[in-house]
Amino acid sequence: MPSWPALVSQAFNGLALGSLLALVSSGLTIILGTLGVLNFAHGALFAVGAYAAFVMLQYTSSFVLALVAGCGVMLLLGILLERLIVRLFYDRPDEDQILVTYGIGIVLVECLRAAFGGNAQRVAVPSWGRGATKLGFLIYPTYRLQLIAIIAMLLLGLYLVLYRTAMGLVVRAGIENPLMVGILGINIRRAFLVVFAIGVVAVGLAGMLYAPVVAVTPDMGANFMAQSFVVIVLGGLGSFSGAVVGGLIAGEIISLTSAFNSSYSDVMLYALMALLLVLRPQGLFGSEGRV
Amino acid sequence: MEFDRRQLLLGGAGAAAGLLLPGVGAMAQSPASIGTFPDGVLADSVFVGLTIPLTGVFSGDGGDLKLGYQLAIDQINAGSDVARSWGLKGKGVLGRQIRYKVSDTEGKPNLDVQSATQFIQRDRAIMLAGSVSSASAIALEELGSREKVLYMVGIAGSNDITGKNCQRYGFRSQQNAYMAAKALAPVVAKALGNNLKAAFLVPDYTYGHSVYASFAEFSAQQGWQQVAKEVVPLGTTDYSSALLNIANSGADVFVNIAFGGDAIASTKQAEQFGVLSRMKLVVPNLSSFQDKELGAELMQGVYGSCDFWWTLQDRYPLAKTFVEGFVAANKYYPRWGAHIGYMQTYLWALTVERANTFHPVELIKAMENSKAAPYDTTIGKVYFRAEDHQMVRPIPILRGKPPAAMKNPEDFYDIVDVVDGESVMNPPELFGCKLGPYS
Repeated sequence: MPSWPALVSQAFNGLALGSLLALVSSGLTIILGTLGVLNFAHGALFAVGAYAAFVMLQYTSSFVLALVAGCGVMLLLGILLERLIVRLFYDRPDEDQILVTYGIGIVLVECLRAAFGGNAQRVAVPSWGRGATKLGFLIYPTYRLQLIAIIAMLLLGLYLVLYRTAMGLVVRAGIENPLMVGILGINIRRAFLVVFAIGVVAVGLAGMLYAPVVAVTPDMGANFMAQSFVVIVLGGLGSFSGAVVGGLIAGEIISLTSAFNSSYSDVMLYALMALLLVLRPQGLFGSEGRV
Repeated sequence: MEFDRRQLLLGGAGAAAGLLLPGVGAMAQSPASIGTFPDGVLADSVFVGLTIPLTGVFSGDGGDLKLGYQLAIDQINAGSDVARSWGLKGKGVLGRQIRYKVSDTEGKPNLDVQSATQFIQRDRAIMLAGSVSSASAIALEELGSREKVLYMVGIAGSNDITGKNCQRYGFRSQQNAYMAAKALAPVVAKALGNNLKAAFLVPDYTYGHSVYASFAEFSAQQGWQQVAKEVVPLGTTDYSSALLNIANSGADVFVNIAFGGDAIASTKQAEQFGVLSRMKLVVPNLSSFQDKELGAELMQGVYGSCDFWWTLQDRYPLAKTFVEGFVAANKYYPRWGAHIGYMQTYLWALTVERANTFHPVELIKAMENSKAAPYDTTIGKVYFRAEDHQMVRPIPILRGKPPAAMKNPEDFYDIVDVVDGESVMNPPELFGCKLGPYS
């Protein structure tokens, strides 16, 4: 049985890990929840974000500037993908959307590999985040502590833009009845474009912020995509607040299980997901029927 | 005694072919036709199938491995001075050019088997090589033995490959986990001290468990005490929960067994959790590009073993020609993945020319008898042990250099010792090796 300090340490780590998972999942849930597209390029876009940070750091030598420039790159990529490919699939069956986004993911990953090779690239922790901070009996990486605050602000901002503005309302109405929204004189296609681009920027930003923590390789997004799906299934498909809560629950399960035996942490996460699918198939915050 | 008419005809045809074709001789007591032999031996070429992960967590090591095979094949096909200095004659192997294909298997054993099966059935591959994970190597070894096609193991450190999963048709040049641990532990204990407390990070697959078991055993013999063992899934992205336990374990030494991309992520995160400032880092098997991917700042003072480091060129003439040829072709210093591909290709070619045939049974027997006539290689004299097909070979022990001591951007390690292979071999029966039949 682990000691109380060990359990408290892991509970705190679960919070930090959960906030990261929530941010990573937010891009997926934004696009799914508003446009109804299950974006299988999510993991690849996460990797593109991390590489954008890597490249921009070479030019700017400032992590903050690299983030800003990286967001510009992701915005542009999101616009291009939506205009050239994804918009053609809004009215197509789910399977078509999955296949096309999966294909986009493969192309993006292979482009990264062609440009940068298969080895990991180095992205250093920004100077303001280096070292570890002592929190009572717990010593925790300063950068991860800062990430909790940064991510909380980002998630709040995303929520307000998507769910507390007229644009968010238009998008959700457009999903339900695009004809009626068009008759009302609203350019729904433009709103779709903005939401898709925001979703891409969100996942890209997660990749940028996580780049100093993980190995930046072309395939780095694969595991994050799998975890993102678990998170949004836990929280409820397409529910933004569900992704946040789902992320935190996933982080706590992984971390608290590790206090006992780290080899079971993934098993426990998937076991919980399976249990939830049996007891509440729509997830914690999801509603029955279409997302 | 009854004669099987079909066997008689096959034997007669084989004997006739042996007289006609120089690459199909020397088959006493071996079946005339086996696996892809003699179909795969054309008048002017043979085919070699390479199964290598070029994507996925092992893609960095896989890319390096591929370049090693390509360099050796190019040198052999051209009949270059380097090939002659290895002891080969003329262009190609027994006068035949080596054709090859590379299949990207993503480090997934099922894809390895699928690709290798295609190589055998479609291309009549006379030899298979590749793999960057022990799980892949085990799958390929089994396939090779089932199909009677020789498999020269790529990157794979698990004891099982020449232990309980050993196969008659598989040969490994890389040291196994037992050898690496037995060579490394005394050197590290001498440098860092005896009676230390150690925390282990163990990836949850055959390689991780094998390396853990061996290093735990030999470090315990040096008086080290295990205070934490964190087993994590292969491909884990966030090690924070495992590292928290390690950070709070009170250990003096952090033994990181994660490999490839996992080694990079876990070591980066260990540094952020303050683990590396409080503990010495030991990596029983260093990943090929760990140095470059983590940087000298993180790698300085790290102890580990690996198959080959390029400054061995100062000790062995064939290592020097290998490193020079590789740098000229690829513009970087080869890592040990490339070395395995390069050396295994040459060892196979040398064996073919020694046996004067591509017949797999004759090649196996020649390699099993190589103790009597060791191969002169990039790491000096080596041979394959007959009982389990593990190469008996020296093992370099490395220590990360501080950035200020590096003479060039890729001068990451000092070679602190090259441990004699004979002294660290496991007893052949220790891991339950039972080689299958020849035919």
